[in-house]
Amino acid sequence: MSTATVTPTTPDAKPDLNTITINMGPQHPSTHGVLRLVMELDGEIVVSLRPVMGYLHTGMEKIMESKTYTKSITVTDRMDYMSPLGNNMAYVGAVERILGVDMPERATTLRVILLEIMRISSHLVWLGTHALDLGAMSVFLYCFREREKLLDLNDMVAGSRMTPSYFRVGGFYQDVPDTFVPAVRKFLAEFPAALAEYQNLLTKNRIFMQRTIGVGVLTGEQAVDLGCTGGTLRGSGVTYDVRKAKPYLGYETYDFEVPLGKNGDVYDRYLVRIEEMKQSLRIIRQALDRLKPGSVRSSYPYLFPAKREDVKRGMEELIFHFKIMSEGFRVQAGDAYFSIESPKGELGFYVVADGGPKPYRVHVRPPSFIHLMALEPMAVGRLVSDTIACIGSIDIVLGEVDR
Amino acid sequence: MSAVRAGRERHRLGIEEFIPDGILTTTVEKMVNWSRRSSIWPATFGLACCAIEMMATSASRYDLARFGAEVFRASPRQADLMIVAGRVSKKMAPVLKRVYDQMPEPKWVISMGACASCGGEFNDYAIVQGVDTIVPVDIYVPGCPPRPEALIYGIMKLQEKIDRQPLKPTLPAATTAEGTGAA
Repeated sequence: MSTATVTPTTPDAKPDLNTITINMGPQHPSTHGVLRLVMELDGEIVVSLRPVMGYLHTGMEKIMESKTYTKSITVTDRMDYMSPLGNNMAYVGAVERILGVDMPERATTLRVILLEIMRISSHLVWLGTHALDLGAMSVFLYCFREREKLLDLNDMVAGSRMTPSYFRVGGFYQDVPDTFVPAVRKFLAEFPAALAEYQNLLTKNRIFMQRTIGVGVLTGEQAVDLGCTGGTLRGSGVTYDVRKAKPYLGYETYDFEVPLGKNGDVYDRYLVRIEEMKQSLRIIRQALDRLKPGSVRSSYPYLFPAKREDVKRGMEELIFHFKIMSEGFRVQAGDAYFSIESPKGELGFYVVADGGPKPYRVHVRPPSFIHLMALEPMAVGRLVSDTIACIGSIDIVLGEVDR
Repeated sequence: MSAVRAGRERHRLGIEEFIPDGILTTTVEKMVNWSRRSSIWPATFGLACCAIEMMATSASRYDLARFGAEVFRASPRQADLMIVAGRVSKKMAPVLKRVYDQMPEPKWVISMGACASCGGEFNDYAIVQGVDTIVPVDIYVPGCPPRPEALIYGIMKLQEKIDRQPLKPTLPAATTAEGTGAA
């Protein structure tokens, strides 16, 4: 494995004449966005592989420094756009940790429901595109059929299908509509049958099994060394789930299992994520049973504007409304790291506050970025077509890799 | 429909009563535009969030195939429509231009979403403030991301635009007068 052939422009490069270097992406249908891979091939065997990133770099961490704490939430939506509310949660969780906000019961439970809905929705996109890459076109259509129902729920609570920005520091701006709970229950009733359909199409499908079993093997040790989390780590048989290890939103009170793989190949990661969807259904069911009427806003002062009728009548409320809408609320100096189990893995936000209304610095620990590093050990020594299976199985989203 | 009928009226040859049933008279231009608009092949050029909505547009519920534009091509050489779906970073801009150049004529561009149209939320050092600074854009679809209905509406507007397209390229009046720009 020589990196010299990858960059032939360096003067002392001695090209290995037995291999060729090819470029895959950034415009390629199987790279799940704008990923570019520089691959060194010996025949059809991958000798080395180097991901080139930055084609979707947006400067989000920097742009959040110039937005108020509330406006920054909209930026987080556009990182991992498969599960926007997960990003919202990790960010507002960090700010809430600096503030020391107490959360009403209803807001916590609603967040759990919405986050698990996001997990299913994200896994459906992963399953659809992963199967599409391996040649199973129809799975994509089935997955998007169910995903539309989940996007309708987003639409219902926030008025936007994909970028809801629904979470606020200290809870929610407003409660979910009355139609929300029946719609979720309807989905819970319908989804197991759909899940069985996907499994019928793939789990015992001979082509799918041949393309995935024994492909892209990552041992548990390697996965831990590379910093993998989420399904990529658990596919290799290592138990680590942020919901169990560092519980947030009262996840320790829910009854659910963490599915594990054995062999650490693409097929095991597929099985793990399918099982995760079933566990998410269990969590949503429990959370719906606990959901009680009440406030969805924290009692912490100065986070939310005053009630509309009070703004119309009282001078103080009017001034406060103007202040919070134009300047935003202030957060005392301090810093906090908050991580959640996003559909992709451990998603963490590190927020530094300097006492002003805007974050001083925001840094993200994106699971996709870290999983991308696991691509080389998976793909080297195997065929080019197996690389496609590997890219699908680590479940990356380039918006989060590049930010 | 009415456009087609009006065209037929305009191009009447006066021999219609002698032509047997099942034969229509029209112009080559209308015929060509009709076939171009009815089978638009977009290039898969997904960049960010909008790309997922573009996928949703071609998937089960919205079914872009109803408008003849569902054959997403992996190679730009086989495509005649580029849907720029997502934010274009300055690193991606040369790639985008190259993909556009690789597409055969005639070709069209839809700028999908706020980021592609004007930079959207991200007015910073990394994002190109509007893809129309790199390639000519035919249709802008607003939204962040636009709903699939919006994208479909954009494609229908593009079809209307293709319908009006003259077969013979019109030369700018000034250059023709000087006799320099004759193609």
